[in-house]
Amino acid sequence: MRIESVNENTCMVYFGDQIGAESAGLVKRATDQLRRDMSDLIVDLVPSYTSILVTWDLDQADRFAIARRVRAAIDSDDDGSTGDDSARVVELPVYYDPEVGLDLEDVCEHAGLPRDEVVRIHSEQLYQVYAIGFAPGFAYLGSTDERIAIPRKSTPRLKVPTGSVGIAGTQTAIYPSCTPGGWQIIGRTPQKMVDWDSDSLALVQVGDQVRFRAISRDEFLELGGNLDEL
Amino acid sequence: MSFEVLEPGMLALVQDAGRHGYQHMGVTTGGPMDEFSFFWANRLLDNDLNAPQIEITFGRFSLRANHDACIAITGGDLGAHINDRAVEPWRTHHISKGDRLDFNAPMSGLRAYLAVSGGFKPAMKLGSCATVAREGLGGLDGKGAKLAKGDKLEFEKNASFVEAFLPEPEIPDYQQHLRLGVIPGYQYQSFPAVQRMKFFSCDYEISPNIDRMGYRLKGDAIYSDLDGIVSEGIAYGAIQVPKDGQPIVLMKDRQTIGGYPKIGCLSALDAGLLAQRGPGSSVSFYLSDVAEAEGRRMLFNQRLKTGAPGIRAD
Repeated sequence: MRIESVNENTCMVYFGDQIGAESAGLVKRATDQLRRDMSDLIVDLVPSYTSILVTWDLDQADRFAIARRVRAAIDSDDDGSTGDDSARVVELPVYYDPEVGLDLEDVCEHAGLPRDEVVRIHSEQLYQVYAIGFAPGFAYLGSTDERIAIPRKSTPRLKVPTGSVGIAGTQTAIYPSCTPGGWQIIGRTPQKMVDWDSDSLALVQVGDQVRFRAISRDEFLELGGNLDEL
Repeated sequence: MSFEVLEPGMLALVQDAGRHGYQHMGVTTGGPMDEFSFFWANRLLDNDLNAPQIEITFGRFSLRANHDACIAITGGDLGAHINDRAVEPWRTHHISKGDRLDFNAPMSGLRAYLAVSGGFKPAMKLGSCATVAREGLGGLDGKGAKLAKGDKLEFEKNASFVEAFLPEPEIPDYQQHLRLGVIPGYQYQSFPAVQRMKFFSCDYEISPNIDRMGYRLKGDAIYSDLDGIVSEGIAYGAIQVPKDGQPIVLMKDRQTIGGYPKIGCLSALDAGLLAQRGPGSSVSFYLSDVAEAEGRRMLFNQRLKTGAPGIRAD
């Protein structure tokens, strides 16, 4: 672990340089520990693939006190009781079809695989939520099977419909709201990803795991899915 | 009690100190682009420092007072008038029922802050009224809209008028050349020495591409040894350098994480000074450190507590 100053009330805590399950586990555990032990001082925490950005209330602590508290919080619990095994698994229903999967046919062509094979590969594995950003609730999930990996679109769409499930490289993600975006869209979830009027606010958090479940058009509509372009 | 917006101008937004505690969900902070001016406006009125205000960018903003009120104006001098009388920034003013308050065009600086005694009372969304249009959060109704003609700015009954002002020597001069301290951090070590030298010796020009997310600068291109980095949290004032080598200073509505190398970060007070400059202004950077930024901020916070003529000290 490395703590580095960023500005007068912000530091970065780094847990390695490589994207992967190991860093993700350390980030999740440390995020829980900091939230638990330092809620009196912390203004914001931004966990990502290999790091956590920590912003604090300068009226209460300087950077030396914060570094001490961060070390103490993270060293305090090495028995793994709040470790990876506590990761929550969120299941998301997805309607995989060119009707809403605007790039599904391109992805199949790029992979050289039939549609049901691409859907099976995408939906059969468990994904790690590595980071949330780009837009509220936009979760970067990794990593997809290499066989269905595909670069971003050369020209991003001006509007990607809410709920769209996309692939970029070996990452996959759901668009929680209608925004511009360049990911290759293979399906759509009827599940609301963010709801600022609910208590849970955002459906997935960094450190959670996600599994996709293929659903039919009927089930998609039954669950409140929207077939509109926007 | 209320004011009514007659002309919203180019950009007038409800802001408090920001939406904190939700960045892990990708929700940015928003908040005042210039904290120095924002906090002084509330302080001059003896308000809670977080009390909601209006951030007026470029001017052309007008309102009518439906009730008597005590207001404070700080930040850029946008040629404010009450009826036909010019009113100075950095002090409190009394405004009477039926009066019109106009902000015309920037004389100095870019953004003015308008506070009312007791603070405005917009809807709160995720604990804040900070307007972030991109996210559809904040503002009068909580859905991220900027102010529009006919909007009612509600506030509680005002206290009696107190004349308070910031002493002249403490008022920032937005006309002078801007030199900002850079706290080395993030990927600073991945910028070769000669690239850092260029960065610290070149005058950069503020490009027309400035908004509440970021300020794009034009000048000597600088390059790091890195293609990209593992995406990580972005602090207010971070200086991102994309492939074209032209720095971008990330401001209040920045994305929460990003994958471009960053040469360092400004202090919040310095980022606020940048926010008062518009396209065409020049800016240069010097190598500072976190100790200086921390010390300056602690002194500012202390200075705010002390108050100013007309305000009782905390």
